[in-house]
Amino acid sequence: MHFDRSVFILFGSVAGLLTIATIIGWLLRLRITSEGSGKVIDNLNARIRAWWWMVVIFLTALSLGRHVVTILFALLSFLSLREFVTLSPTARGDHRALTWAFFIILPAQYWLVYTPWYGMFAIFVPVYAFLFLPIRQALAGETKHFLMRTAVVQWALMICVYCLSHAPALLMLQFATGRHGIDDGALLLFFLVAVVELSDVLQYVWGKLFGRHKIAPILSPSKTWEGFLGGVLSASAVGAALWWITPFAWWQAGLLALIATLLGFCGGLVMSAIKRDRGVKDWGALIEGHGGILDRLDSLCFAAPVFFHLTRYFFTA
Amino acid sequence: MKGQSLATMVRLFTGAQARWSGCGPETRQRVYFANHTSNLDFVLLWAALPRHLRARTRPIAAHDYWTAAPHRQFLAEKIFRAVLIERKNVTRSNNPLHHMLAALDAQDSLIIFPEGGRNAEGNVGEFKSGIYHLAKERRSVEFVPVWIDNLSRVLPKGEILPLPLLCSVTFGAPLVLQEAENKAAFLDRARNAVMSLGGRHDE
Repeated sequence: MHFDRSVFILFGSVAGLLTIATIIGWLLRLRITSEGSGKVIDNLNARIRAWWWMVVIFLTALSLGRHVVTILFALLSFLSLREFVTLSPTARGDHRALTWAFFIILPAQYWLVYTPWYGMFAIFVPVYAFLFLPIRQALAGETKHFLMRTAVVQWALMICVYCLSHAPALLMLQFATGRHGIDDGALLLFFLVAVVELSDVLQYVWGKLFGRHKIAPILSPSKTWEGFLGGVLSASAVGAALWWITPFAWWQAGLLALIATLLGFCGGLVMSAIKRDRGVKDWGALIEGHGGILDRLDSLCFAAPVFFHLTRYFFTA
Repeated sequence: MKGQSLATMVRLFTGAQARWSGCGPETRQRVYFANHTSNLDFVLLWAALPRHLRARTRPIAAHDYWTAAPHRQFLAEKIFRAVLIERKNVTRSNNPLHHMLAALDAQDSLIIFPEGGRNAEGNVGEFKSGIYHLAKERRSVEFVPVWIDNLSRVLPKGEILPLPLLCSVTFGAPLVLQEAENKAAFLDRARNAVMSLGGRHDE
């Protein structure tokens, strides 16, 4: 990433936001009254601490350029896929197909992002992996729950690898109306990740402060209408305000942010449905206070592909 | 040094977390006994131990398998410091129990799999009587039940490449042989201790 004033303003704002959150966390910790609220505050502070790490890792990768961003997202895909498959019902006969998914298909998809080879990147998983994996599973000769098992492998790969790889794929886009020349893709990736993750955080904050009416009590008891509307709308407003780092006009930035946050919210619901079915609350325990990698990335997995294609269709040369 | 890097690698690959639910990682002489579903079981249990305990803990492994190839022998002797025992043709002179007692007398802790062979995930076979004899001979040693979760999916029987799936190793409350306890009762208690850590029960 080329360091100019806008980058310093962006990184500075993120650090400023986290500093404010950290101070609020400390103040809340000081005036804890009951046992129950103590737990919520401790979890909040653990989340803020983890956010510092995640932000430092993401911004460092972004500053170091395409190679590092691609490697970071490949690693995130790997960790997500590991969490997804761990919680999925797979059988002995799926072992070789899964080995392919982890060690061949995942690196290949990110190699296509890095190269970049758009045509193959777009169809590699939905065409070639889609047809190859059930063949490999059939050859293993285990037929029990075959369709269900093969669907699990496909889905794991689509969500954790294919969908997520659309985030670093933003770096391959060349814009007609570029303001920053070669850095447009990196700033756009910052825009997408910031808006989607901020929407998650603001939904949590609005929900904790004003949440009354549950939006999907069976899927996710903590999601409320107040949290949803407050989070999605305020994150979209931030998106509109960030128009100057994107190739979009302010209203286009706001609209794309709205689409991304809505998809992010729905992604959270879908992934919650899977977690409920598996009888767990979180995908893992890798990030203190947050759960697993997938608990943080579920919304990005759903938002990234649509954001990528809308941007590519309407704004690239 | 090599052992430390191997342990770190195993832990990263499987995301293996040690859960000390019934006891802490204390430097006491112990026999860790666990469910057995994969050839990697003792490697994972060994890697899950903190470094200072790992240095004083020796897995029990099959002599015929671990001396069949030079690299296996190197791993078994130099890295894991395994106590190699005979599975077949057991005579009075190569009685596995003697080797285990000798290791205990050298103040080392042990890792054993009382089922003898590997079982499919979720099933825990009947315990062989070796663990009872160890407990009877060395009453000051703590017997710690351990549940290894998900490892059979990482490397099922007959596969060569391991899958990177998340595993966990849960350590339960130590058992000691009671004064009046007979063999069947102790084996039953030990097996139930392992199974309850994994949330398993006999139907």
